[in-house]
Amino acid sequence: MTAFLDALTRVPDLLAAHLLLAASALLLGLAISLPLAIWSARRLTVARVALALASLIQTIPSLALLALFYPLLLSLSALVGGGIPALGFLPSLLALTLYALLPILRNGVTGLNGIDPAVIEAADGVGMTGWQKLRLVEAPLVAPVLMAGIRTAAVWTIGAATLSTTVGQPSLGDMIFAGLQTQNWALVLAGCVSAAGLALAVDALLGAIEYGIRRRRRVPVLAAGVTLLVGVALALAPLWPRGAPEITIGAKGFSEQYILARLIGHRLEREGYHVRYRDGLGSAVVFGALSGGDIDVYVDYAGTIWTNQMRRTDNPDAAAMLGEIGRWSEREHHIRLLGPLGFENAYAFAMRADVAKSHGIATLEDLVGAAPRLNFGADLEFLERPEWAAVKRAYPLGFASAHAYNPTFMYRALDSGQADVISAFSSDGRIAAQHLTVLADPRHAIPHYDAILLTGAKHARDAKFIRALQSLLGRIPVEAMREANYRVDRDADKDSPDAAARWLEKRFGL
Amino acid sequence: MVDLRVFGPSVAFAGVTKAYPGGTVAVDAVTLEIAPGSFVALVGSSGSGKSTLLKTVNRLIAPSAGSVAIGGEDVGVVPAHELRRRIGYVFQNVGLFPHMDVAENIAVGLRLAGVKDRAARVAELLDLVDLPHDVATRMPDALSGGQRQRVGVARALATAPGLMLMDEPFGALDPVTRDQLGTAIRTLHDRLGLTTLMVTHDMAEALILADRVLVMSAGRIVADATPAALLAGKGGAEADALVAVPRAQAAKLHALGAGV
Repeated sequence: MTAFLDALTRVPDLLAAHLLLAASALLLGLAISLPLAIWSARRLTVARVALALASLIQTIPSLALLALFYPLLLSLSALVGGGIPALGFLPSLLALTLYALLPILRNGVTGLNGIDPAVIEAADGVGMTGWQKLRLVEAPLVAPVLMAGIRTAAVWTIGAATLSTTVGQPSLGDMIFAGLQTQNWALVLAGCVSAAGLALAVDALLGAIEYGIRRRRRVPVLAAGVTLLVGVALALAPLWPRGAPEITIGAKGFSEQYILARLIGHRLEREGYHVRYRDGLGSAVVFGALSGGDIDVYVDYAGTIWTNQMRRTDNPDAAAMLGEIGRWSEREHHIRLLGPLGFENAYAFAMRADVAKSHGIATLEDLVGAAPRLNFGADLEFLERPEWAAVKRAYPLGFASAHAYNPTFMYRALDSGQADVISAFSSDGRIAAQHLTVLADPRHAIPHYDAILLTGAKHARDAKFIRALQSLLGRIPVEAMREANYRVDRDADKDSPDAAARWLEKRFGL
Repeated sequence: MVDLRVFGPSVAFAGVTKAYPGGTVAVDAVTLEIAPGSFVALVGSSGSGKSTLLKTVNRLIAPSAGSVAIGGEDVGVVPAHELRRRIGYVFQNVGLFPHMDVAENIAVGLRLAGVKDRAARVAELLDLVDLPHDVATRMPDALSGGQRQRVGVARALATAPGLMLMDEPFGALDPVTRDQLGTAIRTLHDRLGLTTLMVTHDMAEALILADRVLVMSAGRIVADATPAALLAGKGGAEADALVAVPRAQAAKLHALGAGV
């Protein structure tokens, strides 16, 4: 219960961001779909095309729709010479707006077509202009049906907004995704309950407006309208300018990243900065978010930048690699590499000790022969990453099957025997806790994955900021990181990432 | 008593034709003069083109050829909505605005004209169509069919138009209400000095109410006479066939009455 109450403390800020995003998408959706509905009601071909397109958009899974806007905006930004943010509010707004179109459009067209033709004939007969007919007759008659569509759109938009977390827009989805990663079910529950509560509240208020319009009562319309406006105004409050400069810390979607983000955050807060977290960013997205200025600092891993961003396939030693990454990111993206934190989180092929022993496997070379009889479990990204391609080039692995899991479930799959080999992480506390055998890489196919601190251009010259972060460099040994991770990942007596970060701070005096 | 007369204008049709794509000709080169202040009935079976001809006057339908003039001025000179505000229009389905109460429905033309003080005129119009003042605050769905059409008539008369167009105004009403409302309309016509053009498929109604009856068939005017001339058999074959129905009914009723 206390875990749930703890989780609830994260709600207000995220709820505000969530409400703002959904409200903006709904308003933009209205601005587009209302004229389109009127046009559609007058022209059958327009109605066919508009409704078909809106229905088509609806068939795209909302997660995919959000993800599609990232490359779309990225190329658009490149086309106009930069300046269009491909992450955060804009892609979320656009995707959710598209989602809001269909119910409003469909109900608008249905409502307009459903008006008694005699009423329209009378409106023409008494000498109304087209605009007067719309304002005095069609709009009031269509309003109840339209409001029902707006309610549907509002509920859909609020629900789908939880997914905007994946493109770096804070929302209640932050809690759901973070909770799912760290198996903090209280956090997931708090996120779900808040999102559902918001949807129900907005639906009820819009329902009151609909009722008022239907019954021609002004009081419920005004009361609900004012409540909605006050809600949005309150949600805007965190955006009001504050005294202290604000730093946005990015994190990918796993426990270590959440912990390190909090570690950085606490350090900066002590220097007087206001800190926000953008958790759960995809690892392809997070580097772009830093270079685009959507976030100011985050922790990445040398090999990830090396293979994914720089598209390198060679594998030099760690120092040379870090030097090249630093020069490249400064030159290409104005991103400053502050330095390594002191531990490595490499991809490590891991097996249950008993299974490894029975097959006589100790290295990736040994695995090649046994692979056709074994099932492979990878995290959600690994099978698409160049590291996997590099491993396959060095070791021709042909598994019986390969499945992608979210990291938590990947370890479970290994434990239960659904997977025989997994793509584990060398800093993961579960390797020790589950007594896993990590396979050696004699051909050096897997690059170094030193955890490195990267900062964007905005604070590259901020001496106080840089000093605060430099105090973290080289201070975190892999054993400490493993234990901190395990505190969050273990099944019982779980810590929050925030508590695990404080544990690290206490232990190493950070 | 206040003199409410507005002196209705003349209406002239010159070669008015309405042909639809596909070859249907609803109105076929109708040329016709309607004198100011007259009550003219347009009679014909369904599909004879009478409603189409009527709607070319307030431009709810645009003729494919020919022109219509009101008081000597072509109807195409002013924008359609301005033209329509000067013409009263009543039709079978009434088309009361379901989201407005009776007073708002009646005053809608005044509202469009920008008249601020509308309450007095609404009361006057309710009197004119014999409705009690307390219906003013009712919604249309709380009215009987006859009351609804009376509100429709009041709405059409609100801006004191000289010309009334009526398209089967009593078509959906029971016979008693129909008779009452017909008489009321004729009284209003005389009292206000309107020019009235009424479409009906009921020859008896036309004969009783109108000064002049036009019979339409297949888009053409096939008879044009006073009720007296039509009853005297001077309207031609098609008109005679239509007149024969009420005449035969009247004769049967008379015989039944005599037989008691």
